Amino acid sequence: MKGSLTIVAFFIAGCLIGWGHLLPSSWAENDRSIYALYLLMFLVGFGIGSDRKLKELLANLRPRFLLIPAATVLGTLVASALVSFLFSKWNMFECMAVGSGFAYYSLSSILITEMKTATLGPQLAAELGTIALMANLFREIITLLFAPLLVKWFGPLSPICAGGATTMDTTLPVIGRYSGKEYVFIAVFHGILIDFSVTFFVSFFCSL
Amino acid sequence: MFIVIGIMFAGVSCGYLFRKRNEFQNLGKVIFYVICLLLFLLGLSVGHNEEIIRNLSTLGLEAFLIAFVATAGSVLAAWGVYSFFFKPKRRA
Repeated sequence: MKGSLTIVAFFIAGCLIGWGHLLPSSWAENDRSIYALYLLMFLVGFGIGSDRKLKELLANLRPRFLLIPAATVLGTLVASALVSFLFSKWNMFECMAVGSGFAYYSLSSILITEMKTATLGPQLAAELGTIALMANLFREIITLLFAPLLVKWFGPLSPICAGGATTMDTTLPVIGRYSGKEYVFIAVFHGILIDFSVTFFVSFFCSL
Repeated sequence: MFIVIGIMFAGVSCGYLFRKRNEFQNLGKVIFYVICLLLFLLGLSVGHNEEIIRNLSTLGLEAFLIAFVATAGSVLAAWGVYSFFFKPKRRA
């Protein structure tokens, strides 16, 4: 949670400094930040490849556990496609790109802004990136706040699917507490898989 | 799209080769700093962009709608998977 607050604080600080024109405007035209994104993608991949727990996790895997990340992905994508009918400004694939951030708000907003600049232009790309940041942040907050109610109404797997990519770090404590200790392992496995899939789905829907 | 995914896979392979080296085990911190930097830059361009600042409440509402509906969709799917595959059966 502290990490999320720091990240949001950096974003808000950037907003205030940009809004007050405290830095030369060439800083705000971030055509070079794509290289920082490439570095980030390399590091995220490196982190997954060098993770020693991965082997142990895969060894304990049962096939039916795969149904849980599948439910997360399918439920989110169908719902995001449906919600796009409410908007005239954004098409179905743009809403699905936002939805497939799966609460990983930092990575998804950066990816969407960078990848959509080519097709939508910098203005709309920045707007969609801002929506992605807020929507995926809301998703994490909804999961943290409503985990007890979700478990009560929709069963112990519901906060895991709601938490998306965050179930291996920020939302893991509430899952352990309200779904039960036996779901912690599933939550970590689910988080790693969804984490990995964010890059695929976001860049896939951005390219459509 | 393929550049981004290709770079990530290059990262996975390098990470796998170096998995026995301890100096790479707290990479999470480095990723965290890069994310902070990128979001600061994103914030700069958002704050600089008067159109976005003027429409912030509309964008926030759209974001909330997507978040709420997407979360609801995955929760319903979770409920389905739980009832069909995980729920302890009462009768054997």
